[in-house]
Amino acid sequence: MAIETRPKLDAHKLRADFPIFEQQIHGKPLAYLDSAVTSQKPRQVLDAMRDFYETSYGNVHRGVYTLSERATAGFEGARAKVAAFVNAPSERELIYTRSATEAINLVAYAWGLDNLGPGDVAVVSELDHHSNFVPWQYIAGRTGASFRTIPIDDNGELVLDSLDELASSGRVKVVANNLVSNALGTINPIEQLTAWAHEQGAIMVVDAAQAAPHLALDVQALDCDFLAFSSHKMCGPSGVGALWGRRELLEKMSPFNLGGQMIHKVDLDKTTWNELPYKFEAGTPAIAEAVGFGAAVDYLNEIGLDAIEQHEHELAAYAIDKMSEIDGIRIFGPPPDRRAGIVSFDIPGIHPHDAAQILDWDGIAVRAGHHCTQPLMRRLGVAATTRASFYLYTIPEEIDRLVEGLHKVKRALG
Amino acid sequence: MNEFDQLYREVILDHYKNPRGHGVMEDADADAEGMNPLCGDEVTIYVRFGEDSDTIDEVKFSGRGCAISQAATSMLTEMVQGKKASEVAVLDKDELLDEIGIPLTPIRLKCAMLGLTTLKVALHKAKGTPLPQGLAGYDDLELS
Repeated sequence: MAIETRPKLDAHKLRADFPIFEQQIHGKPLAYLDSAVTSQKPRQVLDAMRDFYETSYGNVHRGVYTLSERATAGFEGARAKVAAFVNAPSERELIYTRSATEAINLVAYAWGLDNLGPGDVAVVSELDHHSNFVPWQYIAGRTGASFRTIPIDDNGELVLDSLDELASSGRVKVVANNLVSNALGTINPIEQLTAWAHEQGAIMVVDAAQAAPHLALDVQALDCDFLAFSSHKMCGPSGVGALWGRRELLEKMSPFNLGGQMIHKVDLDKTTWNELPYKFEAGTPAIAEAVGFGAAVDYLNEIGLDAIEQHEHELAAYAIDKMSEIDGIRIFGPPPDRRAGIVSFDIPGIHPHDAAQILDWDGIAVRAGHHCTQPLMRRLGVAATTRASFYLYTIPEEIDRLVEGLHKVKRALG
Repeated sequence: MNEFDQLYREVILDHYKNPRGHGVMEDADADAEGMNPLCGDEVTIYVRFGEDSDTIDEVKFSGRGCAISQAATSMLTEMVQGKKASEVAVLDKDELLDEIGIPLTPIRLKCAMLGLTTLKVALHKAKGTPLPQGLAGYDDLELS
């Protein structure tokens, strides 16, 4: 009989990699339950960046001297790691950006301005982060295309039955959606959405900012056309992100930012563009941050994305179970097996801001607000929610402290 | 005094749980909407002037938000009752902060000031006077 052996991670042990947990907040151990907004950084990433600055720092693709060569090797070596992380067919298709937001803006501007027009439809969903929602709404407005949203059901899952109605409203040219919702943790059926987009003759843009930290990504299996993600949510530094795009689309696209490095030949009357990926990388990039991004990929690969995903499902299930004991609490989103380690909730009569403040005095960090998803908050009928989000270093004891803290909030304000 | 009691003073909790002047006013002489997109506090302020068209006869507010934003707005309605619109339009924020009387971090300060800033916008809109520096460009106010 085959025994299923799931890879397990030891969160208690992994915490030792994160110097941030060595301190106390308001005299209590830090319970960092806001990893969905940004993750903490392990020593392995910090050391890689420090080492790079101390031994190999220079500008990239410029000088002929040794330091510049080392810097370029570090920067391009990291690109190879990041490209492999999403199973990109080629490193040339992996463009460094400042963030997932910039990656989506790159597609919205460089592809959208040339390819959308009256009669065309750009589709996002009610679950999307402003970083995917607003660029497409804006570029659709600029080009005269219409902008439509896929609704969600009360579980916070996409209503795919509505797709036919969307298709009848015009020529669907782009579908852009997140793979994991940052607000509710919903894991969206991107393969299905991609298949539908392609049937319409549309391109599929995947916002993977919230997915990259939590599950193994494979652009070839997803069959999407673009995928955006960022380093800071996956144990890497802030200031660097990535866009993967299909080569034939990237080749045809106009440039986004213009300047040094992205050019091939500059004449008084005309400029031609550099080859991929440099065509989209104007200016001095975030060099040490890219190296840190590569180190973060190594760190996650060492632990294993399957183990991380499993750990988060377990924490989400544990948290939902424990938090359900709180009288009157409303927990948003799908069942634990269909969500990443994110639990958004509302306690009637208690504003999330007050909850977050009181929890902070016990050293517990949670997010209170609209999570950059105002249309979603309106759909849920709340102004804001409180959100606890977990990562590979989160331990169940922190969830116990959260629940205890919420009881305290209720006693004080309820 | 512990941190909780410092911030959520009894008077704050009282105003939060029993807000004064809460409700919608039909036919208000002045009104404005404010929101703090950071945490989702929303407030709409309504003002009715007295016979001199300047004295604030009645102030009401509706909306939802955290304890600090709602209590501060509730306290504000009591403070400005009977005052001249021209005085309130230039009311120093420290006057309200003294009344609230709690230590506030920069983020919570925005919650506390939401009501006053919205009220000022309402008064300037009604009087057709230019908005003070920092508020210019706002019609319906967004503090971010």
